[in-house]
Amino acid sequence: MKKNESYEELVKGIWRDNPVFVQVLGMCPMLAVTNSAINAIAMGMASMFVLVGSSFLVSTFRHVIPKQVRISCFIIIIATFVTIADYTLLALVPKVHKELGAFIPLIVANCLILGRQEAFASRYPTKLAVMDALGMAGGFLLALLSLGAVREILGDGALFGVRLFSENFEPWIVMILPPGGFLTLGVILLFFNWFKYKKDEFLADVAEAERSGN
Amino acid sequence: MENLPWIFISALLVNNFVLTYFLGLCPFLGVSNSLETSFRLGLATTFVMLVTAVCAWVLNTYILIHAPYLRLICFIVVIASTVQFIEMLIKKLSPALFRAMGIFLPLITTNCAILGLAIFATNRGYGFVEGIVYALGAGIGFTLAMVLLAGLREESELSNIPKLIQGTAMNLIIAGVLSMAFMGFAGLFSSS
Repeated sequence: MKKNESYEELVKGIWRDNPVFVQVLGMCPMLAVTNSAINAIAMGMASMFVLVGSSFLVSTFRHVIPKQVRISCFIIIIATFVTIADYTLLALVPKVHKELGAFIPLIVANCLILGRQEAFASRYPTKLAVMDALGMAGGFLLALLSLGAVREILGDGALFGVRLFSENFEPWIVMILPPGGFLTLGVILLFFNWFKYKKDEFLADVAEAERSGN
Repeated sequence: MENLPWIFISALLVNNFVLTYFLGLCPFLGVSNSLETSFRLGLATTFVMLVTAVCAWVLNTYILIHAPYLRLICFIVVIASTVQFIEMLIKKLSPALFRAMGIFLPLITTNCAILGLAIFATNRGYGFVEGIVYALGAGIGFTLAMVLLAGLREESELSNIPKLIQGTAMNLIIAGVLSMAFMGFAGLFSSS
């Protein structure tokens, strides 16, 4: 039972409640840095570190933090983790850090992270909170990666810097420029809408069949 | 000093915060369903940006030269508390203005465009006047993008659109087209 519960928290973030595709949260860093798959992964890992770390702390201290000032406390905890992530990336992968630029400090303002602290980590035990954070961050990473891969393949004809097509491929420059971000996410959301629409139709059909069967 | 107009136009059009840097998307997509509201939100954001630029300059000049690693935490805390303080001040001094800005003032504090402004201005080493001009350009640019999207959305409500594409998907695609249009402004500077 216990194992099931934490497994459930882990999985829901990746698909059913995917933070980007279903809840449409945390889009600012999402669109800005996904012009290549490698940037998307760096951003996703940094966000994952911040989300898991701050969920752990917030959930551990949830009985100590006074209700009235909780938001400020969460923000200070998040900002601390973001600073750590910022300096770590600068030391390990300076090239990627330079490309992401100001968007690493901006993880602080990602509504996804603050939202998870408020909605989940401050109410549940540490183990569940960490599982939930891992799931949500995994879903976020997945979304970043799919967007980054699509944009890099179409806009640059490459994936992780490896050429995919022959010389004749004419890259769609617009995909790695800002409009490409909006368009790609729009089309992916369209696909999710269609998926949901089909599922609702299917469920309605099943209900109809059951009613007529009885 | 002679590059002040350049900074203004660049923040307003070429490097528009919403359409080029993707900052402040949450209010951009969330609140932009009516022209009136988005205009007010834009004005409130511009105001908060001006305050932020001043705060960031003071922090950078007097405090953070001693402890650069505290930059992020300082910015967040100082900006949030200053906006809260100004909100109380406006409520006391001019209730009409307070009502006009309404719920948006506190919400703006968590807008990533505000923090983004402070960080960009710091990274580029803007001084006091440059920072204020930059904030003004960014704020008006934000208002412009909001009002444009809100206008398009109001129009689209009257037209017959497939059910599948309605909602966020359509807004994102509209924003993508707007962003493409704004890319045209990049040509303003390439020749000079």
